[in-house]
Amino acid sequence: MTDATAPAPGARSRVGQGSLLRQDTRTIKRNAAENRFRIYGLTAICIGILMLVFLLTSILSNGLSSFRQTTIQVPVTLVADRLDPEGNRDPAEMARVTTFGYAPLLRDALVGTIADAGIETELDAGDIADIVSDESVAQLRNFVLANPDLLGQTMPVEVLASGRIDGFFKGRVTYATAELDQNISPEQLRLAEALKAEGLLATGFNFDFFTAPDASVTRPEAAGLGVAILGSLYMMLVVLALALPIGVAASIYLEEFAPQNRFTDLVEVNISNLAAVPSIVFGILGLAVFINFAGLPQSAPIVGGLVLTLMTLPTIIIATRAALKAVPPSIRDAALGVGASKMQTVFHHVLPLAMPGILTGTIIGLAQALGETAPLLLIGMVAFVREYPDAPWEGGLFDPATALPVQIYNFTQRSDPAFVERASGAIIVLLLFLFLMNLAAILLRRRFERRW
Amino acid sequence: MSLTKTAVSVFALVALGTAAAARDQVQVAGSSTVLPYASIVAEAFGENFGFPTPVVESGGSSAGLRRFCEGVGENTLDIANASRAIRAGEIEECAANGVDDIIEVRIGYDGIVFASQQTGPAFTAFEPSDLFNALGARVLVDGELVENPHTQWSDFNGDLPAVDIAAFIPGTNHGTREVFEEQVIAAGCEATGAFQAMIDSGMSEDEAEDACLAVRSDGVAVDITGDYTETLARIDSNPNGVGVFGLSFYENNTDVLKVATMSGVAPSTETIASGEYPVSRPLFFYIKGAHIGVIPGLKEYASFFVSDDIAGPNGPLADYGLVSDPELASVQETVENEVDMTE
Repeated sequence: MTDATAPAPGARSRVGQGSLLRQDTRTIKRNAAENRFRIYGLTAICIGILMLVFLLTSILSNGLSSFRQTTIQVPVTLVADRLDPEGNRDPAEMARVTTFGYAPLLRDALVGTIADAGIETELDAGDIADIVSDESVAQLRNFVLANPDLLGQTMPVEVLASGRIDGFFKGRVTYATAELDQNISPEQLRLAEALKAEGLLATGFNFDFFTAPDASVTRPEAAGLGVAILGSLYMMLVVLALALPIGVAASIYLEEFAPQNRFTDLVEVNISNLAAVPSIVFGILGLAVFINFAGLPQSAPIVGGLVLTLMTLPTIIIATRAALKAVPPSIRDAALGVGASKMQTVFHHVLPLAMPGILTGTIIGLAQALGETAPLLLIGMVAFVREYPDAPWEGGLFDPATALPVQIYNFTQRSDPAFVERASGAIIVLLLFLFLMNLAAILLRRRFERRW
Repeated sequence: MSLTKTAVSVFALVALGTAAAARDQVQVAGSSTVLPYASIVAEAFGENFGFPTPVVESGGSSAGLRRFCEGVGENTLDIANASRAIRAGEIEECAANGVDDIIEVRIGYDGIVFASQQTGPAFTAFEPSDLFNALGARVLVDGELVENPHTQWSDFNGDLPAVDIAAFIPGTNHGTREVFEEQVIAAGCEATGAFQAMIDSGMSEDEAEDACLAVRSDGVAVDITGDYTETLARIDSNPNGVGVFGLSFYENNTDVLKVATMSGVAPSTETIASGEYPVSRPLFFYIKGAHIGVIPGLKEYASFFVSDDIAGPNGPLADYGLVSDPELASVQETVENEVDMTE
């Protein structure tokens, strides 16, 4: 056997395989495998999109109606001797007349309006009054206390329709369900339809949903997200003000200054660990440290913000370190080479170049914090809060507030079916905020990112 | 450096705020059953008085009482809502932390009802024995104590529909579970004779009671750890499902739920107040006496809560499904005189 007689290994495979234009079996197999893999990937994405579409349709179909609200126009005569028995027009004295004193006024006004419009109904005054929200009495009282001079006059007042009536015009309540429902009768629905025909009842855009505070279980029509949005905003302010500087400082030290030893290794491992710790753990920590030890108030956005800061820090540190690492060493070398100090190098050259990455990481961290509920459960923010917190510079960070995800959770717990709509509406608002934040992150990256 | 500025201003803000942290609103937490009532009262209180609306949290009776007992001070609770009476151990824990002045306020009664899908089969008549036979871990069949063999309601009571048993009962984290066990399962255990059979088989009375309360674990009885809304969702997707609800929850969802009678009595605020409907329990809240006079509006809130306008039989709480306390006047006196229950 000599080398000359043995065919070259490469040549052997080619011999007898025909032309280059015809694929051999192994190539066919390889290509088939690739095609299969593509189909797997495509299927995975399709399943994801399908789930997303399903989720969005269910949320949108349930929740979009919360952006509309049914109201009723009633001219109310503000009977002076009922609302101000002393006759001094002193708001402090008039405040002694409670909402229980205002209820008959509104009821009479409603009955009068229906009679004037020529609508015939078999309902008694109490059942007629049930078609407007309990909230409207409080609104009327606040209005009168703010304008004591209007007593004795007849004012056109726009009041909220009750949750069931509102649901009727949104298709949630029908004559069939009203038949079985203890809280509404078909006769009341007919009355509402007659009012609509007279132009006294209308469904319009629900601004109050974004500004009004939460309302109790009996008034789903009045419940809004005002306090929750403010609370979330305050917490994000705290997180941004604390997590960004601390996270960036920690990353710069670890990445640029820290010596490579066991201690920094340990710190690194722990940061990665913390990023994976369940958020409820931070809630327990927050309760122990910030409330029980430091004595900060319960249900306050400052505590929520501090807890979420702890939760967001690892995310920001990891993103920042990745951004710093991505800056080529040649930039540092050049700066150091022309005589810049280490700190000048970092702050004048490395940090500006890493900024888009840092901002993206921060925004994603914030978005994560915005959607977090579990740690807030333990620090008292999963609560029924009706008072708006003050402005941040007036100590508002220490006033009780809720947050958007918490408000969703609260709405879903309530017995009145109208809260399903409110909860879905709140989810839409939260998703919108998250979408905007992530969009901002993408735009920032697109705009400022540099490649080497 | 702007970073330094931000950090400094934040810390300044924190310092400033801590100084101005004196609390001016009442802080309440506890039972999720009491939460709707407490929020109705808090809302009306905020509307009608010069005080800010109290902050009401849920989280369960036990968690609320634990936080209530953490101590005295502005960053602790003023009021704990509970769907059961405070336990001796909890009073001790309170005392150990300096909370030794507790005012117990009973606000009324809550009915517990069994309901199924509006369009499903009719479970219109239950006896406690039916529920024990359906859900008990060991039941009496032909005089023998056996692992629960029943798969359909008609297996042990011909009047009930022949459909698979599927019960959604409150999880052990709920105060409702305790009432369900004591007033339905235990009653059924005795009524079917299983209790006697257990004693006869050599168990002590305590052991027999525990054995009575054991619920079968083969998936027929599902513990619901969430809220009634979760139970409702389960019933919605299972026409044969029977769920345990609070009366107020049922009254707000009569269009989708059909309620079952217990021992022939339909649940309503009237039948529960008269004691005809057997499954109900008192609801409470506990006031920290040391906070009265310190936290503005605390006593006013408590008095307003139990006033006739609110907690009376024609008040908004009764409208929502609370069974008004027949002895409301004495409760009002308790609040008025700040009667300390620990003395």
